[in-house]
Amino acid sequence: MNALNSIPISYYLMFCSMLFCIGVIGVLIKRNALMILMSIELMINSINLLLAAFSAYSNDPAGQIFVFFIMVVAAAEVAIGLAIIVLIYKTTHSIDIDILNKLKW
Amino acid sequence: MFTNYIFYFLSALALYSGVMVLLSKKPIHSVLYLTLTFFAIGGHYILLNAQFLAIVHIIVYAGAIMVLFLFTVMLLNLNKEERSPKPIWVKALAITAGAMLGLVLIGVFRGYDLHLVQHPMETQIGLVKELGKILYRDYMLPFEVSSILFLTAMVGAVLLGKKEQI
Repeated sequence: MNALNSIPISYYLMFCSMLFCIGVIGVLIKRNALMILMSIELMINSINLLLAAFSAYSNDPAGQIFVFFIMVVAAAEVAIGLAIIVLIYKTTHSIDIDILNKLKW
Repeated sequence: MFTNYIFYFLSALALYSGVMVLLSKKPIHSVLYLTLTFFAIGGHYILLNAQFLAIVHIIVYAGAIMVLFLFTVMLLNLNKEERSPKPIWVKALAITAGAMLGLVLIGVFRGYDLHLVQHPMETQIGLVKELGKILYRDYMLPFEVSSILFLTAMVGAVLLGKKEQI
């Protein structure tokens, strides 16, 4: 089994670009703060997979260590983000982001 | 050849459930589809022989983060359809913008090929033993700092979730 009949790295690039774009569209079309957080998770995951793929293809473990740290930060981010969403729901009884415009102007 | 079919299957599954996250009316269905996406991506990690990342990914994302999302949806009783979804022209514009971003990315990456150093299925760097050595030798300080970050996040989440006013 040589390197020639493996999956090309460009397949991973295509797949991760598409997943990233799904996340971007989700952030743009949703009003629910929870759905926006989930779309952000989708984007983070596509980037993680791409980093791991490049790391495996170039035989460099630094990329996978980096993915590990990204996962750590993403977990912390979700914990804080959900706490903030709960707090928003307690004060406004809604998690619609369009009513949170007090800081806009 | 067999790995190619697994790759196609996992990619199609991840993309399908990713789209269904956005198309589902109820948030709880979105969360479940997101879990499916995470499992497909975990399969991709195994395909790359990144065993440590696959295990961590399943534990952290499918285990911890999904439970957090589900608890939030259920405790706050958010499982309702959006009361006032964005107007159709905003959605059309958003989808156009996202599709154009995807077009640009695919156009940039088309024809790109890495000079393969290592066959991804035969590389040993993703094993727990190898990654553990590197993590505790070369990346000791960032590892410890990330534990402090976790502690900070935990304190912050508890503080935000407290009943009385801060």
